[in-house]
Amino acid sequence: MSDLNKLGLAQARDALRKGDTTSVELTAACLSAIEAAGALNAFVHKTPELALDQARAADARIAAGDAPAMCGLPLGIKDLFCTKGVPSQAGSRILEGFLPEYESTVSQNLLDAGTVMLGKLNMDEFAMGSSNETSVYGNAVNPWRRGNDDAALTPGGSSGGSAAAVSADLCLAATGTDTGGSIRQPAAFTGIVGIKPTYGRCSRWGVVAFASSLDQAGPMTKSVRDAAMMLTTMCGHDPKDSTSADLAVPDFEAMLTGDIKGKQIGIPREYRMDGMPEEIETLWTQGTDMLRDAGASIVDITLPHTKYALPAYYVIAPAEASSNLARYDGVRYGHRATLGQGDGITEMYEKTRAEGFGPEVQRRVMIGTYVLSAGFYDAYYNRARRVRTLIKKDFENVFADGIDAILTPATPSAAFGLGDMTDADPIQMYLNDVFTVTVNLAGLPGISVPVGQDKQGLPMGLQLIGRPWDEGDLLNTAYALEGAAGFVAKPGKWW
Amino acid sequence: MLDLTYDLPKIKTIAGAKHDWELVIGMEVHAQISSSAKLFSGASTKFGAEPNSNVAFVDAAMPGMLPVINEYCIEQAVRTGLGLKAQINLKSAFDRKNYFYPDLPQGYQISQLYEPIVGEGEVLVELGDGTARLVRIERIHMEQDAGKSIHDMDPTMSFVDLNRTGVALMEIVSRPDIRGPEEAAAYLAKMRQILRYLGTCDGNMQNGNLRADVNVSICLPGQFEKYMETQDFAHLGTRCEIKNMNSMRFIQQAIDVEARRQIAILESGGTVDQETRLYDPDKGETRSMRSKEEAHDYRYFPDPDLLPLEIEQGWVDDIAASLPELPDAKKSRFINDFGLSDYDASVLTADVESAGYFEAVAQGRDGKLAANWVINELFGRLKKEGHDITDSPVSPQQLGGIIELITKGDISGKIAKDLFEIVYSEGGDPADIVEARGMKQVTDTGAIEAAVDKVIADNPAQVEKARANPKLAGWFVGQVMKATGGKANPKAVNELVSKKLAG
Repeated sequence: MSDLNKLGLAQARDALRKGDTTSVELTAACLSAIEAAGALNAFVHKTPELALDQARAADARIAAGDAPAMCGLPLGIKDLFCTKGVPSQAGSRILEGFLPEYESTVSQNLLDAGTVMLGKLNMDEFAMGSSNETSVYGNAVNPWRRGNDDAALTPGGSSGGSAAAVSADLCLAATGTDTGGSIRQPAAFTGIVGIKPTYGRCSRWGVVAFASSLDQAGPMTKSVRDAAMMLTTMCGHDPKDSTSADLAVPDFEAMLTGDIKGKQIGIPREYRMDGMPEEIETLWTQGTDMLRDAGASIVDITLPHTKYALPAYYVIAPAEASSNLARYDGVRYGHRATLGQGDGITEMYEKTRAEGFGPEVQRRVMIGTYVLSAGFYDAYYNRARRVRTLIKKDFENVFADGIDAILTPATPSAAFGLGDMTDADPIQMYLNDVFTVTVNLAGLPGISVPVGQDKQGLPMGLQLIGRPWDEGDLLNTAYALEGAAGFVAKPGKWW
Repeated sequence: MLDLTYDLPKIKTIAGAKHDWELVIGMEVHAQISSSAKLFSGASTKFGAEPNSNVAFVDAAMPGMLPVINEYCIEQAVRTGLGLKAQINLKSAFDRKNYFYPDLPQGYQISQLYEPIVGEGEVLVELGDGTARLVRIERIHMEQDAGKSIHDMDPTMSFVDLNRTGVALMEIVSRPDIRGPEEAAAYLAKMRQILRYLGTCDGNMQNGNLRADVNVSICLPGQFEKYMETQDFAHLGTRCEIKNMNSMRFIQQAIDVEARRQIAILESGGTVDQETRLYDPDKGETRSMRSKEEAHDYRYFPDPDLLPLEIEQGWVDDIAASLPELPDAKKSRFINDFGLSDYDASVLTADVESAGYFEAVAQGRDGKLAANWVINELFGRLKKEGHDITDSPVSPQQLGGIIELITKGDISGKIAKDLFEIVYSEGGDPADIVEARGMKQVTDTGAIEAAVDKVIADNPAQVEKARANPKLAGWFVGQVMKATGGKANPKAVNELVSKKLAG
């Protein structure tokens, strides 16, 4: 078989089972694609030898008839996941040289299912960013370009390296994490599928924390089927994470029937934003029509507190981050600044953190410190928590009214140019999360599905939001949308 | 069971240059929960291990590591709350207290600010002079201990030992009901006693397993009563917190020194700053720990890594049913059932082991006699030898045997002391020893009479003197006792000597 790296997970799994290919061949194809894709800067730590060892072991298991669910499938892992003995830097200088002595639960689940790790993927520093430009490794680049314009575009963020790698067929699929949209926005920018499951579905153990009450891992894949398959493997109760749900994980792939007749799809009026590009508006209408045509009924709904979500998110997430990132102090691991004569512990902290954290991380640590400080706590943090409760209630109300899923745009625009936001107010960048943060605040599952292309040929995605713990139903609706949209475009190879 | 009643202790006042001042003291007792594993990790809590050997990934705050609550520690906190007659909160939550220090790897301490596991309770603090103070407990919360920074191993570097990091502590917060240095020490002693009874903290102050932050303020007479009436702190003075005290003696000194410092400030027209201070026992002074610029803003917020802690009433009830008899109840029972004095009952209930020993000795025997023997002979001897009740060479059965021999009149009190010595150093069954060594008391009046007659006959000059001065009869008693090898019943000897001398 040729172009093995272009296969999706389910296709490759079936080919492996039939004996049409081997994991070593699949892995080698991915490794050479990675080697040829330096310009995308997607993989930041490559593990080819480890990958080939794992591939050989997988082939042996397949031959022995002992193949677990994802045996032999080569993946990329976001740099936010701690991977045993492999650099795990969260895209930050402050974790320079850090080699975990442990494997995150999610990546361990994937290894236990027989997957092959190709290496670690680029990301915004500590998952803080929407363009991949805050990465210490320099940004990953979107494989998609506007028409014949060769201006480099962002793959989105924070899981931009994962999105670029999957979109450019450097791997069959990748892990991402999503705190405010970090899976769904880059998936939409690169024409792939990305799902953030219900908060508590995936263990956070071993994933470098950004905002603990919002962070969730999820798959970034070439199809909804692949997402269903990979999510089934990633999920599961983990006693090492107190916020992990002790619930059985169904076989999500088996729940994909494509039949959504009688489902009620909510269209929230508050997501119709001023200044939204017409193409996004049109895409949303098209997606609505596709679901209606597939037999779902379309219901106008209201989520009245939506407009407060972004400000609340940008209080809660930095607050938690300011505390979560306090451990990066140069004392035990990672970067430590060179100290001058007479420098004490305070100087060590200040210099280490000033050198180790980039400007966006520093900004958020400062915002978070500010909103938690005495005298401001109630006005900011507590107020944001109340808003969060109201947003959650908004969703509960519509689900109680019988809505099965909610359809919204995934992003307010298609991928933008790298550097376009450099001089902009940081709020402009934060607006990228406007459609996605509500889902994190409410702890709900959300999936981004590629549905169409803009006039310049860039992919655009729609988001479906589901009931908590009902990823199976959500994936099935996404599967129907994917089928109706028939999005098959791939970026022209220029790298 | 009778409840014990006490008078209120006299409030300690300190005379200033202008007038008298009263002390108002509240304490935060940090008690290490007796648990083999830490509060949020499985790492060992064993004291004295090699530096950094009892450290799990989460204790070292490695990236992505998460805390998981140790259920056993929760049980111990609930048990402690029940032992202090406190409200148990079925829902509590953990918060992060944020500050930077090298021995605090996470950059925050997980604690319970907003919703502690235990609410209001109380402790009766006896002062040993028939008075006692009822001190209100405001709350108990669980939190992580920090590690240890070591600054004296190298001239240019500091080292950190994380063995203690994450060990479970209970912080037991009192209301400011303590009114003097002695009361503060007695409060901590009582708290230690209760914790040790409950088995929730070993009370080892030397190892730092029990330590206290002491809040001290001063006020003019009458102000405290206004505070008690209104619960409005405005009636009280500004407090200073003396951190990390682990000696009863130093606590008393520090309170006295701090109160006098505050009096001097106020009487010279100044104001006391609310701050944390350290006591320096060498210099006999308290010192400010940090300047205002360095004052911490802990930025407390709910720990998003931990869900709120919910426990069930049934579980709490089970723990309540398994509580041991506590010091107050035991002391009251000893007074009522064994007829002990308040003092003896206090001494014997100081710790569970002593109380248990005493009860084993006293069961079915003369309680007062048993108390005398345990306190005066056994404790005295153990103390001399540097032993503890738990490694006493004399078992309760042996001591009980000695007491039985006394009660039966088989041996005199004096012989009993000799017998105790033999049992203590050589062991053996007291009754067998008495039999084998002929230590049994002679109550045969014929034999005693013969001995008395012989002494009188041998000492005519003494007889003359004694007849003139009956007080000298004691000399004859002594001689008879000597002649009988101490085995004669002293009462019988006394009577016979008096009779013969008179006749």
